[in-house]
Amino acid sequence: MIYSKLAKISLATIAILGLGATSLSADTLAEVQKQGFVKCGVDGGLPGFSEVGSDGVYKGIDVDLCRAVAAATLGDAKKVKYVALNAKERLTALQSGEIDMLSRNTTWTETRDTSLGLKFAGVNYYDGQGFMVNKKLGVKSAKELDGASICLQTGTTTELNVADYFRTNKMKYKLVSYDTNDQVLKGYESGRCDVLTSDQSQLYGLRIKLEKPNDSIVLPEVISKEPLGPVVRQGDDKWFNIVRWTFNAMLTAEESGVTSANVDAMLKTANPDIKRLLGVEGQMGENLGLKKDFAYNIIKQVGNYGESFEATVGMGSPLKIKRGYNALWNAGGLQYAPPFR
Amino acid sequence: MAIFQKVEARTAPNSTKGFVHWIKYNLFSTPLNAALTLLGIAILFWVIPPFIKWAYINADFKGTTREDCNSGGACWVFVRMKIDMFMYGFYPSAERWRVNTIYGLFFILMGSFKFLKNPWVKVILMHVYFIAGFILVRGDMFGLTYVPTDKWGGLMLTILVAAVGIVSAFPLGVILAMGRQSKLPIIKSVSVTYIEFIRGVPLITILFMSSIILPLFFPEGVTFDKLLRALIGIALFEAAYIAENIRGGLQSIPKGQYEAADAIGFSYWQKMFLIILPQALKVAIPNLVGVSIALFQDTTLVLIIGLFDLLAMVRLSAADSYWLGYETEGYVFVTFIFWFFCYSMSNFSQKLEKRFNTNLR
Repeated sequence: MIYSKLAKISLATIAILGLGATSLSADTLAEVQKQGFVKCGVDGGLPGFSEVGSDGVYKGIDVDLCRAVAAATLGDAKKVKYVALNAKERLTALQSGEIDMLSRNTTWTETRDTSLGLKFAGVNYYDGQGFMVNKKLGVKSAKELDGASICLQTGTTTELNVADYFRTNKMKYKLVSYDTNDQVLKGYESGRCDVLTSDQSQLYGLRIKLEKPNDSIVLPEVISKEPLGPVVRQGDDKWFNIVRWTFNAMLTAEESGVTSANVDAMLKTANPDIKRLLGVEGQMGENLGLKKDFAYNIIKQVGNYGESFEATVGMGSPLKIKRGYNALWNAGGLQYAPPFR
Repeated sequence: MAIFQKVEARTAPNSTKGFVHWIKYNLFSTPLNAALTLLGIAILFWVIPPFIKWAYINADFKGTTREDCNSGGACWVFVRMKIDMFMYGFYPSAERWRVNTIYGLFFILMGSFKFLKNPWVKVILMHVYFIAGFILVRGDMFGLTYVPTDKWGGLMLTILVAAVGIVSAFPLGVILAMGRQSKLPIIKSVSVTYIEFIRGVPLITILFMSSIILPLFFPEGVTFDKLLRALIGIALFEAAYIAENIRGGLQSIPKGQYEAADAIGFSYWQKMFLIILPQALKVAIPNLVGVSIALFQDTTLVLIIGLFDLLAMVRLSAADSYWLGYETEGYVFVTFIFWFFCYSMSNFSQKLEKRFNTNLR
């Protein structure tokens, strides 16, 4: 008894130190169905990704993924318990079982995937560092930024990325660093620098805060890779599959033109791909341990990936982020789901 | 023979009384003071008119949407639209009357204290109030809907954390202070170790411990309520500070009081509770209120463990993509609320001091 307790404590300690991993072998799906909701870790304060409206309801592209998983496993997208987490506690919360899944703009890296007892189930937003400049400069590409002064947040990888990028392209630059993102924005607004750099998804949020948002543009270049995606605990492959294929179902729905508006009509389609997706044919849901119509519930209640993207961060939102890398593979982007068959 | 004529005292020369003299004497007595006064006035001129212009003259009060904020000043519409979030967090709107009832009960309780003389009745009433408040806010009893703690937030959570922190830390603090003065070596060393250990660690560390490290020690699947963990952490933390303030009070009591109590044959507990502590606590009032005010402000630290107190709620609301860019208004509003509460507390402490005559001991 006492030894097993000691073993647990030491295992936990090892996990904190990042040396090893605890694995909660419990069946997450059964637990979720028993408790009646999905415990989903989100940020809560990141415009477009997970934010809270005046009515106290969570929304955003990360939040939509939580809702989709709830729709798939419980048939009701509302059955989510959101746990707002900061960057430091998010991974521990997942390891300790405080949450069932993490959907909190977390970058997929080798270390996180391998040494922390976690598994990334996909990429729901391809982010990367970008530049914002004043339209007056007439700059159309980051390659024209030679000699520019750049405002950025100090102590982050953005600093290193800028250094690498400018050195590679043999350009000169001057850094103006600040402590927080808001200070960076004030610096840019007061003309201390020509360029503001940060992750692209944040640039759009920062741009809205400007007094004249339309005077600034975000340049198309992305100089670093920040694939953001949902994370689950290692060791529960069934749950991992559910989260992964929930997201894939949203992508596949967009690819085959199934939307929340037409999904009922699509049930009668002749297209075998859509039939398999919606559970009219095949064993897709059963293979995951879910009901046949799990994808139908996702699409009906949350929508396909494109709908979710446009409503939360895209053109239907104040952020107005272009699809860019997050377009489907057949539209020039990187979002690609393996086939439902 | 000259008759003594009463001469009226001459009035003071104009230069030693009146408004002009006051200004001359207080503000321009030396060249340095004059310079400082001018500088102060300049700073006020530089800060206040733009603030009033921003916060009132150019501000937008009416409306419900972002588009209503077009006069270039503060957008109080943002605060108005978000006020429910600031006050109650995610507490379901149909159940908010329960929180308001608790506020109302507080004033009734305070009012009744004016008429009640028996201290025991007061203590019992306080306990009843806390238990009733807890049942009301949590529900799940007497037909009230259950509201889980992750829905609690905003000003309500700030007050709750501060109140529970102070109230539960106080008895522990008294015990620790007495323990530190004790002649029994084990009790003394335990108290000293506890107090010095806690005082050597920042509150933020204790909160982090409670929210991040503690869960890893629990067996699989067992999760403790996050708010409860934070509350316990805060109470344990505050107890150490309260203990030190009370010790200050205890040490100010002359030795004669202890000896007098011993001489009439009081036991230790009688001596402490009837003679020493009533005097010591009186002396400690200003410091205890200081701790309470500090704790009220420290509650904002719960933000970092994902609890949404008033300040966190403002940050959260400012991240609403529809209302991006209005955090200044939110922060000004919060500043006002915090000022209001802290000022009320320090006012209350001054009244207590007057009532107990602490400076005439």
